[in-house]
Formats: sequence, C-alpha cells, structure tokens
Amino acid sequence: MKLPVYLGLLHKSEGTLAESFRQVSEGHGHEPDVHFLCQALAAQCEEHQKALQPIIDRYGEVEDDDEPERLHADGLQDTRSGPVGLLRDLQDLYLLASLVDITWTMVKQAAQGLRDKELLDVVTGCDGQTSTQLKWLQTRMKQAAPQALIAAG
Amino acid sequence: MVDRIADIWGTRTPYARDERWPVRVDQVLAEGVRESEVERWVQSACVLCSNGCGIDIAVKDGSMVGVRGRSMDIVNHGRLGPKGLFASWQGVNNKDRLTKPLVRENGVLVESDWETAMERIVSRSRALLDEKGPLSHGFYTSGQLFLEEYYAQAIVGKAGIGTPHMDGNTRLCTATAAAAMKESFGSDGQPGSYVDIDECDAMFLFGHNMAETQTVLWARVLDRIAGPDKPRLVCVDPRDTEVARHAEVHLPVRPGTNLALMHGLVRELFVNGWIDQDYIDRHTMNVDELRTTVEQWTPEAVAETCGVEADDVRRAAEIFGTSERVLSTVLQGFYQSSQATASSCGVNNLHLLRGLLGKAGCGILQMNGQPTAQNNRECGADGDLSGFRNWENPEHVQELADLWNVDASVIPHWAPPTHAMQIFRYVEQGSIEFLWISATNPAVSMPQLPRIRDILSAEGLFLVLQDLYLTETAQYADVVLPAAAWGEKTGTFTNVNRTVHLSEKAVEPPGEARSDLDTFLDYSMRMGFKQLDGSPLLGWATSEDAFNAWKECTRGRPCDYTGLTYEKLRGGSGVPWPCNEDHPEGTVRLYRDGVFPTDPEYCESYGHDLLTGASVGPEAYKAMDPAGRAIFKTAPYHPAHETPDQDYPFRYTTGRTVYHFHTRTKTGRSPQLNGAAPDVWVEMSVNDAESYGLVEGDVVRVESRRGHIIAPVRVSGIRDGSIFAPFHYGYWDEGVAPSAGHRAANELTITEWDPVSKQPVLKNAAVRVEKVADGAGASSAPTTTASRPAGRGGGRKPALPTAGGPAAQAQETIAPVPPPAVATKEEHS
Repeated sequence: MKLPVYLGLLHKSEGTLAESFRQVSEGHGHEPDVHFLCQALAAQCEEHQKALQPIIDRYGEVEDDDEPERLHADGLQDTRSGPVGLLRDLQDLYLLASLVDITWTMVKQAAQGLRDKELLDVVTGCDGQTSTQLKWLQTRMKQAAPQALIAAG
Repeated sequence: MVDRIADIWGTRTPYARDERWPVRVDQVLAEGVRESEVERWVQSACVLCSNGCGIDIAVKDGSMVGVRGRSMDIVNHGRLGPKGLFASWQGVNNKDRLTKPLVRENGVLVESDWETAMERIVSRSRALLDEKGPLSHGFYTSGQLFLEEYYAQAIVGKAGIGTPHMDGNTRLCTATAAAAMKESFGSDGQPGSYVDIDECDAMFLFGHNMAETQTVLWARVLDRIAGPDKPRLVCVDPRDTEVARHAEVHLPVRPGTNLALMHGLVRELFVNGWIDQDYIDRHTMNVDELRTTVEQWTPEAVAETCGVEADDVRRAAEIFGTSERVLSTVLQGFYQSSQATASSCGVNNLHLLRGLLGKAGCGILQMNGQPTAQNNRECGADGDLSGFRNWENPEHVQELADLWNVDASVIPHWAPPTHAMQIFRYVEQGSIEFLWISATNPAVSMPQLPRIRDILSAEGLFLVLQDLYLTETAQYADVVLPAAAWGEKTGTFTNVNRTVHLSEKAVEPPGEARSDLDTFLDYSMRMGFKQLDGSPLLGWATSEDAFNAWKECTRGRPCDYTGLTYEKLRGGSGVPWPCNEDHPEGTVRLYRDGVFPTDPEYCESYGHDLLTGASVGPEAYKAMDPAGRAIFKTAPYHPAHETPDQDYPFRYTTGRTVYHFHTRTKTGRSPQLNGAAPDVWVEMSVNDAESYGLVEGDVVRVESRRGHIIAPVRVSGIRDGSIFAPFHYGYWDEGVAPSAGHRAANELTITEWDPVSKQPVLKNAAVRVEKVADGAGASSAPTTTASRPAGRGGGRKPALPTAGGPAAQAQETIAPVPPPAVATKEEHS
C-alpha cells in the first residue's frame, strides 16, 4: 500500500508550506495584511500536520520512496523585495499550496476507498482551509499584479 | 433655555413603546441676533455626525447666524445635538477659511488663482497619464461631500481616468458596515430604521457609544428609557460610557476580543433554542457552519478570553433570545477593532437566527461614522461600483459603461478596488505619483502618523488637496483648492437609515471658494474626458443635473432613487430609499419579506472568506445558489495581532468625545465646543493609575512601537489594562509642526486592517506608560461623558463640571406640533 508515501508527502509539504508562509511574513513586514495573515496561515499548516499525526501513527509514514519523492517541492530560499518581488513570493506560495491541496485530494480518494472515517474527517477539516489559502493567494495576487507589472518602477 | 454643553441630550420627552417620539425643536442663534431678525431659514440637514438631522440654517445679511431643527423630519423630530447647534454654522463661518487657491512655489504655498492651480493639476495629471497610465493616479475622498460630488468623482475616476485607486476616509469609519451587509445580505443597505427605537423591547449596542457619536439618536433612546415600558439595554464597550450606565448588562470586553463574545452569544441562542427554525430554513443558508464555529464558545470560554463575567454573557443572551423585539446597533468598537467584519456579521447572525429583521422594533443598524458616508458607498467614490454594482459581474460593468457611454474596458473591474491603506502604500512605493485628497485630513486621522507624514512628503508625489481650511495635510500639498462648505452649495446626502435629505445653498462661499462638484467638473472638462460620441464625459451644469443622472444609475438597484426629485425633498422630511414607483413615499425597513439581494445576477458582492479575505468568486457563489436567502457568515476567533506584553503592557484604544468631530476643523472653531474639550487627554482606570502612582491630571508619555504622545491623565471608568485617547487632536491650533508634536492619538496606532472590509484597526495596539510630570490640576477632559472622572482623584482637586455657560444656551420648544408619521404605506399594512 502506497498511502503512507502520500501521507509522508502531505506531512512534509504542509511543513514546507508553513515555513514558507513564515518566511514571506517576515520578508514582507511592510505589507501588514501579508505579514499577519501569513503567520496565521503558517499556524494553520502546522495544525494540519498535527491532525494528520494519528493517521500517520496508524498507517506509518514513508519518508523516502522513489516515484512520489520527485513531487516534493522545496520551500522558499529567501524572500524577494519590491512590488514584483512580493508577487513572485506569493506565486511561490501558490505553487506550494497547490501541491498540498492536490495531495489532500489524493489522500481523500484513498480514504474513501478505505472507508476510513477518521481520515475523511481530517481531510474535510484541512482541505477546505488549504483551498481557502489558495483563494486568498489568488485574491491578493490579482490585486497586486496590475500595479506591480505596469506602474511600479 | 438649556445649556446644551452641560446637558448634551437636552430635556426629556418620555414616550411609550409604539408611540411616536414627541417633537422638540432646538434652536440657537448667534449672540445678539433675535429670531425676528432672521431673514431666511434655509432647509438642510446636519453634517456633524452620521445621524442626518433635518436642520434649517438661519441667514442674516448674507451670513449663517444660527440653526434650528426641523420639526417635521422623521430623523430628529426637531432636535439637534451640541455639534449641530454650535459647529455646523460656526465651523464654516470663520475667518480662517481658505479663499484662494494655493500653489507651491520654491517649497512654500503661495496664493494663486484658479486658472494657475487647475492648469498645474491638469498638466501633471496629463503627463503622468501619458507616461505611466491610469495606475499612477489615486483619489482619497471623504464622508463629507454631497452625493452629486461623489458621483462626479466616481465617473471621473472610473470612466475618465480609469483608475481602481479610489477610496475615502469612509474606509476608516464605515467600510465594515458595508462589508458586513454585503456578506450577510448580498448588498449594502441598512435593514432597520430609527423608528425601531420607538418600537423595540430590547436594544443591543455593540461597540457603539451612541450617547456621544449620535446624540440625537441617544436622546430618542433616553426618552424611551424615561417612558413607561422602557427597553432593556445591553452595552458592549470597554469604557464606562453613558450607554453602559443605562444598560442592564454591560460587557466591558477586552479590546480586540469582540468575535469571541459574538460566538458566545450565538452559541447561547442555539443551546437554549432561542432560534426561529422556520425562518432559518426558509430565508438563510450555512447555519450548520455557524453552529460548528461557535461550539467551543461557552460563556466560561468567553469570560476567559474577553475578560467579562460568564453570567453576564448568559444574561445578555437571554435578553436577546427572549425579548419580542430587538434592535441592534454597531459602530467603531466593532468596525475599528480586530476581526471587524466577522464580528459585525455576528450581529447580523443573531438577528437572522431569530428572524428579527424587517419588522417593527426588530432592526439592525450597522451605523456610519459620517454624514454622507452612505453616498460615498452608493456612488462608488470609495472604489465600489456605482449603484451597489458588483465589480466581478461583467453585466453590471456593462450597465455602467452604457450609462456613461464609455468603453467597458476603461472601467477598472479586474480586481477589487484599491483600499485607502493600499493607496498610501502605493504612494510610499512611488507607483502612485498623483494623489488628490478631498475633505479629509489623513495627516491626523490615519494610523501610524509618523509613516503617513513620510508618505505625504514623499519626493515625486504631486498632492492636490481640497478643503475648507489649511489643515495639517495641506502643509504637504502642491496645490490647495478652497472648497465651498455646507450651506454654501446645494446637494443631497443620505444618512445611516437611508434617509435622503436636500441641503440648499444658504450663503455665498467666501472669496473664490468653489463647490467640490464644480472643481471635479472643471477638472474633467480641462482633461478633455469624453463619451464615445465625443461629447463631454460630464456635461452637467448644476447639482440637480448630477442628481438626475444619479437617479438613472440607481434604477432597479437596492438604493433606488428614481422616485425622488429635489422638489419632492423640498419643504418636508427626508425620505428613505428605495423610493420608486413601487415605494413612492420611500421605505422604512428592508427585507420585510425575508428576501435578500443575494441572487448572483443582482448581488453587490460574491462575498469573502472572513478569516482571510479570499474572494468567493462567481463560480463558487453561483454553485451555492443563495436564491434570495441571507448567508450566515463567520470565522474562527483569532487573537489581535498586537497584544500586550512585558514591554508594552496596556491595550490602547482610540475614539471620540461628544464635543468634537474628526480632526476638529469645524468643532475646534466653535467656542462652545472647543471650551468643553480644549485639549487631549488619556484615560486610565482607577487601579492602573494607582499602581503607576498617578493621580488625575498627571502628565504621562504613552508609547507604542511606532510613536508616542504626551498628555494629562483622566482617571476614568475604563476597564483595567486599557488606555483610551481621543483621536480629534492634531497640530493646527498648537503652533508646532506635526512632525514635532505629540498630541495626535494616531501617532501610536498600528498599520493593519480587517481582511474583508480593509478598515484599519485603530482600536487595538499595545502601549506602555510613564509619568513625565506632576499635573498642575485636573485634565480638561469632559466630565459629562465616558471620560467622566472615577475614583477619588488621588487627593487632587476634582475636575470642574463641563458646562457651556451663557454662550451655550439653546432654546427648546417641546411638542409645538404632533410628531411626523413615518411615511410609507407598508408601515400601516
């Protein structure tokens, strides 16, 4: 059964996303909405990790596996500056959150196949928040893009 | 005669539930002017708070010499508050008024003429549009202009220039009211009416110090309280306000914890079955999400987080849950605090759970802070699309393009309108280089003033300012345009409960001052903004032309003005919208039928996630299929982002006093009002003052991570651990440069905003206090209001009671005529 591989992937991706949210928060302190919200969203990701723990305890977590390992995405190395830098950083977060989101979807499929109610409950609680994270990133980027790409120096 | 500085709310006229509030006509004339000498009384409504009292302006020898309340007006039944009585005319008729345009020459503002000033504006504007495009332009307007002026400004900005960077200081006062109604009901539009005060059994005031912010509305409440079957009052406010003193339950929550309290109240309704399941089933959606979110918020959990008694939470919920008719009002204590939109939606949720909406005595008043804030929201000078249209709905955008006869692609609709704080951020980053500020004073009113001053003085910024006076903000302008004031121009405006008033020109503006409408029309003409057929974008000659154009813009929208004309508004009372063929006399309450404007084709917004501000978007919204149902919106509680710690152990909150409005440009020039509250103070509780060794009047330095102020202490009834400062005091009358001064409450506030309404969080920051000097006497804070002294003053001589003396005498005529009937036929159905 390969579910433990995906649980490992999910657990790790949430951790990477949390770290990256924190990094963007710290790197963009002059954008208060980004600064404060990214902190809150980082905490959300860590909550997701905690929620996964009892599931991982049951199924085990495989950290190393050949094929899915390629899906692991690295977090942000460091943040950029300026209006376009903000946009790029948010876009990186968007990619990381997309990976988390689709992984939740895969895990949900497996949970349904396994009729694992506990896992389904975890997915329902967390996946909605991840998709809201994506929507927020999209909302914020749509707001920032015209100014950054047209008017900013 | 009554001293209306000492007796803020005037003489009581008690009345019972379902009776009409008796008339009391309040009048003040300038010293030495007798009533028989008044040549004309000119119809208007008051602009010194958001209440919208009908007022007549007394004119003699071409000057305003006093005012009286309009007895037939459904808003005030003849009454006026201290600001209306003393500042409306004296705040305008003043030697300090700007009478000529000013332009900056060699770093100094010098007197000029309109031709020079406008040509400077137009040449900079045109050059930037050619070089950088519309995103280089921003507009920051007011809650003080007239409807016609906002509509002109909205068209100039959206269809002339095509910039999304338009907002007003309404973002600081009323953005959350609009946002909460859009989220819950699908559109802006006040559900309730002031007449609900006459008919309710219980009133909840959420973060709303009505006694000081809308004194005439509070007089209506006091008259109910003095009557035979008084309403039960619940007050949510960290200060010991007049409202709190009359409340059966006072919940002095820690600043920043409103949402936890709302969750607790909502939970009590569920737990005790105080809900109307039939109403919920037929007229709402998402109740299960609400139930899940509030589940953990027992009264004990609320008590722990908010610092209130668990039993008080239970008692408050019981009053809400068991009273037949409940009226709720909400203001800055919620709007300018943490999780503003979610907390304010919490009030909507309480009413929806019980179906207490759209019927007698059962209303919600999501209040406004300013007299014409509503019109800014309607017209879209705050960035919203005109007529409560939805920027995410292409058909709505096309409707505006058709109305204005321009290409739809010019109208910015690709992203949410840029909110004020973001506009200033773009100025800070240099991507907005042309900023036009009208009738507002951000150098005193915005958060974190040291930063705002840096932004306003940024090199490369071309700053236009339009105002009555040389304000603190004017010091930074490249061009200052002298504006005609209230009473010097004709136009309409709309108050909190949708009542539209006509305000007629009573006197000529001083010198070369011009109405804001004329200035915007002149700019549009000089810029050569055109319709598709080549005719001028704005071809209006008069304010009535603008009003007629606006009516067409509202046709079929929730704020339908099509049944109104200047003529209809002349002579009688103001009229609440919608006013159209179906409602020829206006509409007292919205949502009588439980049908809400949430239909995807009709709604003003598809809504947001209240925790993050993420847009729901058209697809997800349509999939929800709200079909005229209201939506329970909520979010999990999250602590405020800046909470007290070892270095900054106090919670800092800011607010108003009854005697002043905004940055005192008008009220500071009324001797009666200025005398009542001449200078800044900070409030501390009895316990906190004692533990810091402070007594009444001692001078302290209050410091946050962003700046500090120096002010005398008023030991007041504020809750322990919190410090309050009034935000009115700036530097224009202090004789110091703003950058050297330490008087403005916003030196300390934080740059942060609600994720949905984008309203700045002005009521929550962490500060520390240290004593800098012994006081010479008591502080000058008013003794008549929430700033009333508490404790024993540490042995210091007590503060003198606030009074106005002979200059503050107003005439009150009680019940000269029967009260006005509330206008409409549905009232009787």
